[in-house]
Amino acid sequence: MAAPTSTPVDLSAALVLAPATFADWLVVLPVALMLGAGAALMMIRHRIDLHGLLAVPALALLVLIDAALLWKVWSGGPVTMTMGRWLPPFGIAFTVDLFGAVMALVAALAALAGGIYALRDIDTSGRRYGFFPFLLLLMAGVTGAFVTGDVFNLYVWFEVLLISSFGLLILGSEREQIDGALKYAILNLLGTTLFLIGVGYLYAIFGTLNMADIATKAADHRGSAPTITLGALFVLAFAMKAAAFPVNFWLPASYHTPRIVVSALFGGLLTKVGIYALIRIMVMLFPVEREELSLVIAISAALTMLLGALGALAQNDLRRLAGYLVIAGIGNMMAGVAIGTEPGVSGAILYALHSMVAMTALYLVTGEAARLGGSFSLAALGGLYVRSPWFTAASFILFLAVAGLPPFLGLWPKVALLKAALDIGAWWLAASILVSAFIVTLALGRVFLLAYWRPRADDAPPAPRASMTIVLPIAGLVAFSVVFGLFPESLIGLSQAAAEGLADPSAYIRSVFPGGAPIPAGGAP
Amino acid sequence: MNTLILRTVAPFITALMLLFSVFVLLRGHNEPGGGFIGGLIAASALAIYGIAYGVSAVRRAIRFHPMAIAGFGLLIAVISGVISIFAGVPFMTGLWIYPTLFGVEVPLATVVSFDIGVYLVVVGAITSIALALEERDHD
Repeated sequence: MAAPTSTPVDLSAALVLAPATFADWLVVLPVALMLGAGAALMMIRHRIDLHGLLAVPALALLVLIDAALLWKVWSGGPVTMTMGRWLPPFGIAFTVDLFGAVMALVAALAALAGGIYALRDIDTSGRRYGFFPFLLLLMAGVTGAFVTGDVFNLYVWFEVLLISSFGLLILGSEREQIDGALKYAILNLLGTTLFLIGVGYLYAIFGTLNMADIATKAADHRGSAPTITLGALFVLAFAMKAAAFPVNFWLPASYHTPRIVVSALFGGLLTKVGIYALIRIMVMLFPVEREELSLVIAISAALTMLLGALGALAQNDLRRLAGYLVIAGIGNMMAGVAIGTEPGVSGAILYALHSMVAMTALYLVTGEAARLGGSFSLAALGGLYVRSPWFTAASFILFLAVAGLPPFLGLWPKVALLKAALDIGAWWLAASILVSAFIVTLALGRVFLLAYWRPRADDAPPAPRASMTIVLPIAGLVAFSVVFGLFPESLIGLSQAAAEGLADPSAYIRSVFPGGAPIPAGGAP
Repeated sequence: MNTLILRTVAPFITALMLLFSVFVLLRGHNEPGGGFIGGLIAASALAIYGIAYGVSAVRRAIRFHPMAIAGFGLLIAVISGVISIFAGVPFMTGLWIYPTLFGVEVPLATVVSFDIGVYLVVVGAITSIALALEERDHD
């Protein structure tokens, strides 16, 4: 390729010829922004005073772009951009539907809250280890996973977020952190490897990794290829990522060791990426296989939510307790996947949105409780109510939201899941959702009783007043739970529309292949 | 490992390997090679220099912290992809310009600048790991 060629070539056979508008660019911009900003922070790694000042506006910009993307998808249907202009399925496609867009937006909100909280919470050594660059690259991975339309690309974003999460996990290199990080790393690498094997298998069967392409071809291959095995591999891999029973043990082993804001982001975002992938692959691409495996998923879901709730009840360390609450939430979302009907999936999506906000807030509240009370242990904490009534009120609202009590956001996904479970006659799944919610209420009630109401035994000097960097994120996330708990229609409507888009992905497929079916179904023999 | 022989030869080997890494990087545009393998060769060159003269000599020689180099590379790669927003084509589409330098037409592409970004990311990341390992060795 030396000079512009003058011989006529039919470019339309290989390239997307329609010009890319700015609206199309919204699909790529969130990832490009996070990668670019993370790279810029790596370059100025010694100017740690600038890190926070650059990272927080970048995250705020991410929220704005994701909001614009959601608006675009809501008004005009799924959007696709193919890298390098190549026609899909050969070019890597980024395709955003409502599900991906709304998850990306809420994840960005949680990350912004975490970034603001980190301004004060992450000290000089944490910044020198590169907290903010890692945070931005983590968000590049999380957002990339939500917007990609290619299974192998999904794997790549999993790796990006995993590697950034390793960096965040060992911030400070304490002995306890290295111990937790080792378990986290090994088990997550195992899950990622399973995922990769599944991707290889998928490519061998379908000859394509583009999600829209697979969705159109799945019916052709169902009789001749071992798609159930493939589905089982994916379920296992994503259950590992999401920390579902019986592959959940890495989460309680590692999530209590890092800085509290790191735990908040992990608990809020990472497990939800696993749930996202599970829903995307199993509900959209392999609905028949999901149906076959639904009993396994349902049993795992019921055990996950019960085990998580019981674990929370047994813990004395607030951070470990929050870790078990994350697991209990995962069980609820898995239940939605197991039910698999449109209301069930919509309940799972709504739960994921609620959980991203609530779990991030819960860890941040934990951190603030420890700052006020001087300890993470329920045995030592006490008298937080006297210390700060406002903080107590915010915590109380959040605890109700996490337990799924009205009138906050946590209620609606549980109601949706319960109804969906009863509709298909899975009374035992509905019962386990209720029992799990009851035990979670007990566990959080116990926290409230011991840490907030109980008078403090010793007379420690009061902690300094909370700065705005602590108040703002907690208040913002709690306000999200309150507002959408009182006026849930918009969020419920969004998740229902997202579930419809997954049950019938024809709009998704049209967005990738505007001219109908791509290459005549062929793939591997 | 700091024998007289290695100490004498190391600067030459390092210089040669760095030059070769750039050759491999540019050659990769049309033939086997590219940013990744070129970056690995450059990182090995710096590692050899480090074995002969110590880690601090390498850090002085490359002036910037390896992670800053990797960050710069990632930034170049991202910018190469985003440039196409101004041409109305999707992310990462290869764009070409054909300036004439000294009477020779030189095709330049965002593909090459992306590859240079990859080269720098690999150099930075692998050098950073190699230097950290060598440092531990001498403790």
